[in-house]
Amino acid sequence: MSSVIAASSDRAEAHRANVMPIYLDNQSSTRLDPRVLEAMLPYFTEQFGNPHSTSHAYGRIAAEAIEQARHEVAALIHADPRELIFTSGATEANNLAIKGAAHFARLYPHGAQPRDHIVTLRTEHKCVLESCAQLEREGFGVTYLPVEPNGLVSLEALATAVNERTLLVSVMVAHNEIGVIQPLAEIGALCRSKGVLFHSDAAQAFGKIGLDVEAMQIDLLSISGHKVYGPKGIGMLYVRRRPRVRLLPLIDGGGQERGLRSGTLPTPLCVGIGRAATIAAAEMTGEGMRLRGLRDRLQTGLARRLPELRLNGDAERRLPGSLNFCFPGIEAIKLIEACPGIAISTGSACTSANVEPSYVLRAIGLSDEDANSGIRIGLGRFTTSAEVDFAVEALAAAAAQLKAGVAEQADRPI
Amino acid sequence: MAPTQTYLDWNATAPLRSEAAAAMSAALVRCGNPSSVHRWGRAARRAVEQARSAVGTLLNAPPQGVIFVSGGTEANHLAILGSRRDRILVSAIEHDSVLRAIPEAEQIPVDHDGIVMLDKLDRLLAADQRPALVSVMFANNETGVLQPVAAVSAIARAHGALFHCDAVQAAGKLALDTDAIGADLISLSAHKLGGPPGIGALIVTDGLSLIPLLRGGGQESGRRAGTENLSGIAGFAAAAVAAADEIAVYDRVRTLREALEEGIVAIAPEAVVLGATVARLPNTSAIAMPGVAAETQVIAFDLDGVMVSAGAACSSGKVGPSHVLEAMGVGPDLAGSTIRVSLGWNSSEADVAHFLEVWTALYRRRRGSYARGRAA
Repeated sequence: MSSVIAASSDRAEAHRANVMPIYLDNQSSTRLDPRVLEAMLPYFTEQFGNPHSTSHAYGRIAAEAIEQARHEVAALIHADPRELIFTSGATEANNLAIKGAAHFARLYPHGAQPRDHIVTLRTEHKCVLESCAQLEREGFGVTYLPVEPNGLVSLEALATAVNERTLLVSVMVAHNEIGVIQPLAEIGALCRSKGVLFHSDAAQAFGKIGLDVEAMQIDLLSISGHKVYGPKGIGMLYVRRRPRVRLLPLIDGGGQERGLRSGTLPTPLCVGIGRAATIAAAEMTGEGMRLRGLRDRLQTGLARRLPELRLNGDAERRLPGSLNFCFPGIEAIKLIEACPGIAISTGSACTSANVEPSYVLRAIGLSDEDANSGIRIGLGRFTTSAEVDFAVEALAAAAAQLKAGVAEQADRPI
Repeated sequence: MAPTQTYLDWNATAPLRSEAAAAMSAALVRCGNPSSVHRWGRAARRAVEQARSAVGTLLNAPPQGVIFVSGGTEANHLAILGSRRDRILVSAIEHDSVLRAIPEAEQIPVDHDGIVMLDKLDRLLAADQRPALVSVMFANNETGVLQPVAAVSAIARAHGALFHCDAVQAAGKLALDTDAIGADLISLSAHKLGGPPGIGALIVTDGLSLIPLLRGGGQESGRRAGTENLSGIAGFAAAAVAAADEIAVYDRVRTLREALEEGIVAIAPEAVVLGATVARLPNTSAIAMPGVAAETQVIAFDLDGVMVSAGAACSSGKVGPSHVLEAMGVGPDLAGSTIRVSLGWNSSEADVAHFLEVWTALYRRRRGSYARGRAA
């Protein structure tokens, strides 16, 4: 045990020597689990057949591996394997769920009222918001609900926003920036009672917390491979069969994935997400406890050194490894620059090159200045306590230095 | 003992090149999202941009024109749907991923050799002046027949139409050049040229704006959202470089293919090689064994360890005539007895011999039962 710790602190030492920073950005992407890589490798090389070439052995071997992976992912969310289709990632899954459902409803209207209204949250991931914005340009109505200061949706507000024209509600499981977990079962029950489809983006949550599409009455669920120690370039969309959810495909052609998503399936990537799911199924509980411990260690360590530190998003209802803090009075981007030994971010990777404050932090009521001081920290499967301790030291020291600098500047006569 | 395995379905997918495997092993063990600004992210971003140059180089295209997508199917969709033209004209022998992108697209007929009819294209474009996009593939996936893309480009240009070329089957088998093709949009797939599945590219001329198919984080200059498939992109680039370096190997492949076709005609004069008299990919043969259903042939080959297909892989599970052969005017009997044999850089004389051995045995068996049937 002590040798493990010694190895970890050696690792922290190596990072200090400016090799590569300690990776604390597990919301943006995770390191591929070596066990996942091992499962994938044969399908890159020996078993390279096109899984749709079922007339020969290589093709059938690939097809079987893909079906196995589909079962593995299905088991983790309590779905039927036939309800899961492979996509190139969560962005595609979200685009397909939202635009696919909307386009189907427009092409095949059902009932007296057109179903041309969508409800989502202002804090959803860009790919959900952008898909909704496209639908708005096509004549659909979209309600972007505000959230409570803790980042959670108000169920009353949601119930009010849903009307007889509402087709779909899209609320993510767990947030990519602030980590909060939405009340899925309650949203699912509300949607079911109103006859509205419930889509949820589970890119951050899949494999980290328990998900049950039956208990939560989820109709469409988006999954990503690379957020759960699987490969990039693969994701899945759960599409409920009973009652059946109908979509129009975004990508048509060879008719793969029950006509919902054409294109040759990348066997090794499919195998990878399947293996990632089985590992998560076996280890999620223990890993969650370990990460909560590390998270608390980081949070209390930082709070001790920086009493003005503020946590963004609900303190309890959050992903085990996810933290988002405001360092009041300190620009996040400067803090990150002052901590080259750790890889953290100001928010979503997709928008992290932006200079604008996070729209998510603005939506939970932060001022521009506070939002600009927001830092996201994501602990993961390979994060060690030595790395957490190093991060606490680095952040606290840098914050103190920056604050002193700010104070010095303020003291300086103009 | 299991029979020798002979893989002759390279148009469905090719094995991963060792160069691609090496590039991917390095990429797979690194974490980092190319959009992140920290060091892990910046390293990932550098890898993506280096790969973009390498993939562009395969077709002498500038890197900024290369958009990474999930594969050939998505590339075709992005080209056709993203260019938002009022009229879409597609050749009748396009891949399903083109035909089904816009089912109401107008079709340009092909002749008996499977070559798009240029005069028809010209007349179709002249008849209606609305902004149009013409989609004609470089080489057909089922027959290997090459299309007169430079002429298509000239006609499209004369009418102010955009030209999209699906070069998924041709890339890596023939030396291609973006300017020579004269297309505004070119689709590529990595796994057809020895890269991994799950990655492809659309090459776009400078200044052409596209409406994205996938929206979100603004990756690929806002033209294709979603976290980049880092290992796929690295593997694609390495395969593209290797394919360009080794393009001459297809001279040898062409010789093997000729030996295969000559072998068949020597055994069975009534066998038909579709498109035999016109320019084709060096590796592809569409061969009819009259009177024997393609499905029967494919099963027989499978039992003897030879992997071929009855048409495109995506539709190989389906029963029904090939739209490609139908468009060429091939009758249902002949079309229904046509298989696709496709070779690759690792194919050998032994592979051809194995194929011919199984083909001959099946042919003799069937001819025997056919003769007995007639006698009775």
